[in-house]
This record gives sequence, C-alpha cells and structure tokens, in this order.
Amino acid sequence: MSSQPEAAQPLFKPGANVALFVTCLVDLFRPSVGFAAVKLLEEAGCKVHVPEAQTCCGQPAYNSGDREMAVELAKQTVAAFEGFDFIVAPSGSCGGMIKHHYPQLFAEDAEWGPRAKALAARTFELTQFLAEQCGRDDFGAKLEGHATYHDSCSSLREMNVKAAPRQLLAKVDGLKVTEMQETDACCGFGGTFCIKFPDVSNSMAARKVATIDATGADLLLAGDMGCLMNLAGKMQRDGSKVKVRHVAEVLAGMTQEPAIGEPAIGEETGK
Amino acid sequence: MSMVPTSNAFKDNATGALKDAPLQEALGIARAHSIETRRNTVAKLPEFEQLRDIGRDLKNHVIANLDTYLLQFEQSVIDRGGHVHWCPDGDSARAKVLEICRKVNAKTVTKGKTMIGEEIGINDFLFANGIEPVETDLGEYIIQLRGETPSHIIGPALHVTKAQVEETFRKAHSDLDPQRNLDDAATLMAEAREKLRAGFLKADVGITGANFLIADEGATTIVTNEGNGDLTQTLPRIHIVLASIEKVVPSLKDAMTLLRILARSATGQEQSVYTTFSSGPRRPTDLDGPEEFHVVLIDNGRSSYLGTEFEEMLRCIRCGACLDHCPVYHSVGGHAYGWVYSGPIGALLTPAIVGVENAKPLPHASSLCGRCEAVCPMRIPIPKMLRHWRETEFTRAITPPTERTGIRFWAFVARRPKLYRLATRIGARVLKSMAGSRGRLASVPLAGGWTKHRDLPAPQGKTFHELWKEEQGGRS
Amino acid sequence: MSTGTGRDRMLASIKAGISRQAERRHGAAGPAKPTPLIPARATAPGVDVVDLFRTMLIAAKATLDEVKSRDDVPAAVQKYLAANNAEARIRLSPDKRVSSIAWDKVPLLEISSGRSHGKDPTSVTPAVAVVAETGTVILQSSDQTPTTLHFLPDQHVVVVSKSQIVGTYEDALARVKRGPDGGLPRTVNFVTGPSRSADIGKILLMGAHGPKKLHVIVVDEEL
Repeated sequence: MSSQPEAAQPLFKPGANVALFVTCLVDLFRPSVGFAAVKLLEEAGCKVHVPEAQTCCGQPAYNSGDREMAVELAKQTVAAFEGFDFIVAPSGSCGGMIKHHYPQLFAEDAEWGPRAKALAARTFELTQFLAEQCGRDDFGAKLEGHATYHDSCSSLREMNVKAAPRQLLAKVDGLKVTEMQETDACCGFGGTFCIKFPDVSNSMAARKVATIDATGADLLLAGDMGCLMNLAGKMQRDGSKVKVRHVAEVLAGMTQEPAIGEPAIGEETGK
Repeated sequence: MSMVPTSNAFKDNATGALKDAPLQEALGIARAHSIETRRNTVAKLPEFEQLRDIGRDLKNHVIANLDTYLLQFEQSVIDRGGHVHWCPDGDSARAKVLEICRKVNAKTVTKGKTMIGEEIGINDFLFANGIEPVETDLGEYIIQLRGETPSHIIGPALHVTKAQVEETFRKAHSDLDPQRNLDDAATLMAEAREKLRAGFLKADVGITGANFLIADEGATTIVTNEGNGDLTQTLPRIHIVLASIEKVVPSLKDAMTLLRILARSATGQEQSVYTTFSSGPRRPTDLDGPEEFHVVLIDNGRSSYLGTEFEEMLRCIRCGACLDHCPVYHSVGGHAYGWVYSGPIGALLTPAIVGVENAKPLPHASSLCGRCEAVCPMRIPIPKMLRHWRETEFTRAITPPTERTGIRFWAFVARRPKLYRLATRIGARVLKSMAGSRGRLASVPLAGGWTKHRDLPAPQGKTFHELWKEEQGGRS
Repeated sequence: MSTGTGRDRMLASIKAGISRQAERRHGAAGPAKPTPLIPARATAPGVDVVDLFRTMLIAAKATLDEVKSRDDVPAAVQKYLAANNAEARIRLSPDKRVSSIAWDKVPLLEISSGRSHGKDPTSVTPAVAVVAETGTVILQSSDQTPTTLHFLPDQHVVVVSKSQIVGTYEDALARVKRGPDGGLPRTVNFVTGPSRSADIGKILLMGAHGPKKLHVIVVDEEL
C-alpha cells in the first residue's frame, strides 16, 4: 500500500477554482489567517471558494484511534471539496491529513479510495501552493522586523514543505529571517498529546523556545495554528516578548491585528 | 521472571524523569551528540537513502518467507556443527539456556549486550538459579551494578552521568583503594576493563545476542564497538546466541546492505568497530574458540504479528535512531516507558510483547511528529503504527470513557456543519469574553492540560465562516 | 516442553502469519528479494583504493605504516612499540605470512607464537584483507590465526601486503578461506579501528575491552 497519491496532479492556471480548507483553529481562533490566505490566493490569480459543508478534517478522531469517526469526517470533507481544481489549507497538519492520510484511510475502499487519492493529489499547504503551483513568491509585503520560521512536523514531513515559506518570506521588504537550530524538532503540540502529557509537551516546547530565543528574533512565524498557539501560550506564560504570527498574515501584509495571544493595541496595560 | 512493565504509569514516570536533574543532564549531552554525528556520516554516503529502500525491501522479503529462511538457517548451523533451539516464548528460552549452562556446571556466564536477553529477563533468571551473569558491555555493566534496566537500545547507561558512574564503581569495587582517583572517564573505563577481564577469563558460558542470522551460512552476527561480545563468545567453552526470529537474512551479501546502514544510523560511525560472524564451534584444529555453539531462536509473540498491520515493526534492526531523534525521549529518557524497549520503537514493541492493556499510554506518548520514521533505516512507519495501537485501544474500549465520549461528542457536532458553525460561534465568543482585553487566558475550565504550562491565546471574536458569510454578503 | 514441539508451534504460527500476509495482498506476489547495492565510494572508476584505505583507516582512529619489503616489518614493529611506550614483546600469529618474517633482525624484540591467554601486550597477525570503503580489517579464525590475538592484547598490529587492499566488504569476503565443506570458518571479524566506548557520559574513549590501539603495516611486496 503506497502512502503516495497516484492520481495525476493538475497544472495551475490563472483563474483556477481553489477551495480554502479553513481549518478548525483558524476558523475559531484566528479568522484573520483565513482572510490573509484568501488575499494571497486571489493575488496569485485564484478564484477562491470556501465550501460551506466543511468542518474538521477528522484528524483528532484519527489520532485518537477513532477510525470510524475519522472515516465519516473524511468522507464529508472529500465530498465537500472534490469539485474544485485545488484544495489549499493554511496548515500542513490538516493538509497532511487530506493529502497523506485520507488515501491510507480508504486504501481498501473501492469507492472512496480513488476519490480520496484524487483529492489528495490536488491538496496543498498554502505557502507551497503559492510558490510551487502558482509560481509566485513576491506579494509586495513590507514588515520591519527580525523573524524566525518554525517548520510544523506535518508540513515538513507529510507535505514536504521546506523551501516555500522561506522563499516567500525572503521577499518581504524589511524582514530579516534567521534560522533556528533543530528546525525539524517538534514544538510539543501534537494535538491532544499536549493535553494528555502536559509536562512532556512543556519540556519539548521549552527546548523549542530556547532555539527561538537563540536566534534573537522578535517574531516567530509558522504555517500551523496548533504550533503557534502552543508556542505563543508557552512564551507568554514565561514572559517572553517574542510576538507570534501565522506566516500568511505577514505575507499578505495583514499584521494590523494583534499578534497571537496579544491584547488589542492600546489595551496592553489592561483594565 | 522477566521484568514487570510499569508502562501504564508512563505519565507519572515522565513527570518524575523531568524533575530528575542528573537524567536531564545526561539526556541533554546525548541529544547534542547523536543527531549531528548521524547527520554528518549519512551525508558522506550518497547511496544511503537507496540502501534504506533496499534494506526495507529485504526485510519485507524475509518477513514474507520467514519459515523458509529459518529452516535454511537451522540446517546451515547444524552443518557447521552447531545447535538450534526453537523457543516460542520467554519461559522456554530461559529453560533452554539454563539447561545448557547446567550441563557444563556453569558458575559464571559472561554476556554481550542482548535486547532479547533483556526482553526475556535472562539475568534475573540465571541468578535465581545460582548462576552469576556478568554483563560485559560497559553500559550494561554499569546498569547491572546499579540494578537498573537499559534506558536506550544501544546506549543502555545513557541516563547515567559520569559522576554517577564514579559513585557506582566506588561502591561496587570495594576491594580497590577508596582514595584512588576516578576523576576522568578514561580512568573509570580502565577500571571496568580490568575488572571485566577477570570475568571473561573465568566464565564457563558466553551469551551474546545477534544482529543478524545468515541463513545460507548458518552464521550469527554481532556488531559492537567495545569488543566485549567477541571476548564473551571466544573465551568460554560454550557460546549461546539469543536471537529473535526476525533477525534472519538470506545471505552475507544481504547482511552487507544492513551493515552499511546500521552503524551510520546507530552511532553515526562509518562502521562499528567489530562486526563478527560466528558459525559453529571451534574447528578441530583451531587454536581457540568455544567448543559448543547454540542458537536459541525466540519468537515471544512476534509471529502473531505477521500478516497484521503491525508486521512492519519486525523490520527493526535495533539501531536506536528513533530514540535519538525523538523529542519525547529527549524529555523523559528510556525508563519512563516502563519496560525493556523505549522511545518510538518501544512504544510500538511494548504493547505487542506485554499486551496493549499493560502499556496503554505508550502509543499516545508521541506527538506523532514523524521524526522517527524520517530517520529509521528500515523506514518503519512508526507514527502510522502507533495510530494502529490507538485504534486497537479504541476498539477494545481500553481508551478512557471520558476521552471516548469527548471524541464522539465532538465528532457528532463536526458531522453537522450547521451545528458546528453554531458551536464555534458560541465558543469563540465565550473564550473571547473570558479573556477580556488580555488577549489570552491563564486558565480555562476543563482545559487544565493546556493551561498547566501555557496560556491559551484568545479567539479574535467571530469565526472565519461567520465573517466570510458577512463579507460575501457585502461583495454580492 | 521438548524442543520439537516448540519448533512445530513456532513454524505453525509463522506459517499462519504468512497465510495472513497472502490474504492481505489479495493474490499479488509477495515482496521479491532486492538486489544489493554496493556504494560507489570504493568502486567508481578512478578511485584509488589504496588512498581511500589510508584515509578511512585513519578516520577510524587506527594508525598506518607502509614499508617496502617483508624484511622491513620487524623494524617497523619495533619503531611502533617504542613510539607507543609498549613493551618490546610480541605474540605472533603462527601463520607463515607473519611467522616467516625474519624477526631475528631485531634482537631486542621478544617473540612468542600461538593464541593469547590475556598476557600479551601486543599481537602481530596477518589478515584476510583490508577494505578501503571504511578502513576495515578483515580477519578469520583458523588453525594458524587464533581469534584471541585479535581481541585480548592492548595493541594489535596487522601486517598485510598491498595486494590485500580491496575496495569493498564483498571483495574481502570472497577472500575468506573456507572450510573443506565450503562453510565459513568459526569466526570472521570485521575490525574498524580500535575498541571504543562512549558509555560513560557520551565521552568517546579508546580501548574498552578489545585492543586500545590498532596499527596496520602495509607491505609493498607479497607476504
């Protein structure tokens, strides 16, 4: 059983119908990331759609061992998205679920297997889609600052996203980017893992934060809200001044919203 | 007789490990060391990735023809004058080893490092039967003196700091001058070398493990850096090899594939110092070597995983790369896993061998980050298989009821997009208002696991789908 | 339980597993045995295996000396022992490739021959071959080459002729002298550098149990 989708991958053409897989965390916690993604995709020449029937990709059930529910949610997602040219998620984690795990979930299913594979072949992480499919890396964004980019495990190892976000960030005017050590190490999020094993997760996050601090950057960027919320929450609890944002916000020039976990501007001192 | 697993206490074990300062020091040193050495050595062999593919395919082929290769191996060993003993479980393997030792009235047994030996608890068993087992791998020797189990597949004493080794040696080697200087690692090692030399020379039986069994040659293979395994199997009258069934490979040429990736994955060496092929007893005119050669083939549950979604774990060549790259292992070390095997491969093997009900937390003790699979020389899809264990637990209702109910409730909502929209709208608003103007929450009811060590960033207020609908209304 | 029943139970269980595999494959053929791949490092056109051996042997923390003729070996050994503050006493392998060397040219060297019982500071042995790809020495047991000489002494000196330098493990294995039944000898050792351990605080130290030093003397002519 191959984990790699076999269905042919279509070539991008301007005007392509792109369905945005919003992701649960962006939907609930940080819609501005979704709008940044829409803006970037539209600038890259896509016609962006947000299928109404989408909820969750099913990964929490899948990773908890509830295969039955994972299959149900996967079917719901496949049905909601298979009519579009491309499926793009501002997340390597949800993207990886669709691209990497759906074909495995339906490996023995004659009906859903081919449908899942076909969808997988057209599913991309946002920065990867912009850079590698649309062939665009300069979106004219400006941001004075010093950032470091964290690779989410699923982006890196399930979606093979490594160069794209760096290539795009290099075009942001005024932004200096420094690589942290051990970029391939997990931040300790891991979905329900971080709640089941808070002490272990915290120790992993602490090591990640140390490598972030060592870069001297004042801005942490990543392409997955899970890692970002984990690291923002950890750094803020520890009193760090490093700001945390999704990479899409910076690329789209949409940094007017407070960074993740930060109070609205003017409310820093609280009530 | 084999070690009772404490794997179900993983969470508490882990919390204890995180507070253990010497352990954390040792883990930090190991982490800094192992990742880089492997990376540098692998980079020097352009064919490394191809060799991994071939290694994987080779093991898959063996696993699909295991009976054929084991029978061929058995015949070849007999042809070279050796003996093969088939032991379905730990009990039969321990009994066989004891029988061989008793036949020659063995008082002392030297041992090379063997994980299957740990798995079946051979040391405690021999000791209880009046035979003294002497571990000769330096790391194994250290932990034997400390009454501990290995915390790493290839570095059993990885958890022990140099200062702790000194303390251990001072206590154990009480015949030596208590005022002696043991400041540096070299002195400590020299002392162990001296002590163990005596052991090697007086042992009646030597027990080693096997990295590979060569089917067509009837040879067993060990790979070490110290040379202890060779002294163990060359000096005593009897050489016993403990080997699990999946170690067999068709030929020497196939073993070369694995030898070219094992050391590079394990210690980041181009090659381990000693790779030894042993077949049969000493030949009649040989000047040294053992008079008898016994191979104890052990199944211990492995064959029941053939043809299941877990069979790929039988490709493992015990290099330890998954441990060296695992962020959970880096945090808690090996003992937290509560049994013989630790780290990602331990989380996979332990439920298989001791029963998943005795190792419930292990398949969950992973963020599924996939770094283990990325470095595994045999390309074992460890995260996928950990998920299979989680599925097994869910299906057998081993998963705690609260968790099951939680997932099912959430899935119920997620399968109804309209209900889901409503729930997220409410959720976003509630959390936002709880956070007030602070932008984050320091504690959230029912989310203590999250907020124990971190704040929870507050939602922006409205959900994306809500805002998108509003905007689409505006656009049209 | 008897060995016989254990054997039968194991084989039955394995066969049952193999049937399950076949079912899961839905009739497709089982995984074929892959063709081994030999890395190009030592086999690519233009590779100088002697040079590669030198580099890799040193990288493995062994030492190397090169001499013109067999007659130069005793002096080379004496020089090595002196440089390492080792006793001028060697245990020789009875193999004529080294035993027939004119050791009496170095009168101060104390020579004995045979297996080791653990009292020999230095052994001098021949080898099956030495391998360039990783700087590995290939040794075998026989009535002339006891294995104890490869492991018990503090210094192990290996004497090989230049023609014994081969590229790969496979090349070396082809030179192992097999028994009358075509079988391997009792022991074949691949030795890559001196014994070492990093089991104490991850500090890498030479000389854990086997030889603390490994020295290879390459002779231009045949031994």
